Amino acid sequence: MSKFKKKKGGEIPAVNTASLPDIVFMLLFFFMVVTVLRDNNLLVQNTLPKADQLEKLKKDRSVYIYAGKPSSRYKDKYGTEGKIQIGDKFTDISNVKFALTEAREALRPELQDKVMVALKVDEETNTGLVTDIKQQLRDLNMLKIIYITAPGNPVDQ
Amino acid sequence: MARRATPEVNAGSMADIAFLLLIFFLVTTTIEKDKGIARQLPPDEEIEDPPIIKQKNLFIVSVNKDDQLLVEDELMKVGDLREAAIQFLDNGGAPNGSPEYCNYCKGARDPKSSDNPEKAVISVQNDRLTSYSMYIAVQNELVAAYNFLRNRESQRLFGWKFTEVKQAIDEGSFNGNEDDAQEKLERIQKLFPLKLSEAEPKKSGQ
Repeated sequence: MSKFKKKKGGEIPAVNTASLPDIVFMLLFFFMVVTVLRDNNLLVQNTLPKADQLEKLKKDRSVYIYAGKPSSRYKDKYGTEGKIQIGDKFTDISNVKFALTEAREALRPELQDKVMVALKVDEETNTGLVTDIKQQLRDLNMLKIIYITAPGNPVDQ
Repeated sequence: MARRATPEVNAGSMADIAFLLLIFFLVTTTIEKDKGIARQLPPDEEIEDPPIIKQKNLFIVSVNKDDQLLVEDELMKVGDLREAAIQFLDNGGAPNGSPEYCNYCKGARDPKSSDNPEKAVISVQNDRLTSYSMYIAVQNELVAAYNFLRNRESQRLFGWKFTEVKQAIDEGSFNGNEDDAQEKLERIQKLFPLKLSEAEPKKSGQ
């Protein structure tokens, strides 16, 4: 009868962790789905101004333009004047048209006519720079723009 | 004969691998929530003979390089701009019986101010050195004035708020007849068309 040796009694069975991978995978898939990988490196300061009359931006048909002072680690190289960034490099105002045409071509062809330009401009920038950008957009006939802002009340600042 | 079980694949490290991936995505995630004030720019073409706008139908907002606000030749705080714009748009100064009479306006009906919301134009004049935050604050207040009036009219005519329904449709969470609601939104937009004009900014010091 030595075949049926009794196990040593009194041990607490280990917690079953078989379902742990499933749980982790579920979380993993959630984050994979909601993740947007940052596609451009910000070269300018970007504190957005506040506003509360907001509309949502349709992402698949938008082109981003950033503007502001170069951020602190680029200050030595590019100075402190307000600059425009499209994609991941600084763009001169005369070059905006070219860069935007390029950015527009990267979008899906059926959405290229409905393109919306999202302006992410630092709150300390001068309006003159924004006006220059808008003039370029009018020349290009990209007339739909959206000023990206942070939610908040602009009056109590 | 003793039954021999096929050895199972060791899945103990699966959790580790999954954790590694999970942490990678956790770190790289930026859940972006871009929102803002949408605008349509005027096309870049010369207008042959621009319509003449009467002085009383024009509401001039100018901002100087020190972010000071001048509304209709009066110094004003940004906080009061919304109220002033609502009064101007909602004035309905055209006399009762004339074709321009505005029957849904609830304003002061001052003949010196705007005839009706369709005629009323708000003109914003900036300096090139105005800060962008001030520019956005002014735009925001003016859009707020329009939204207030549109909400009031949609509440009166249809019993819901213009901005809420518009947002629901944009997000795809509107339940009900969407085409019908869209049509109603356009009707409200016709009652209070967004007529914001932006003048070429002045160079500083002029």
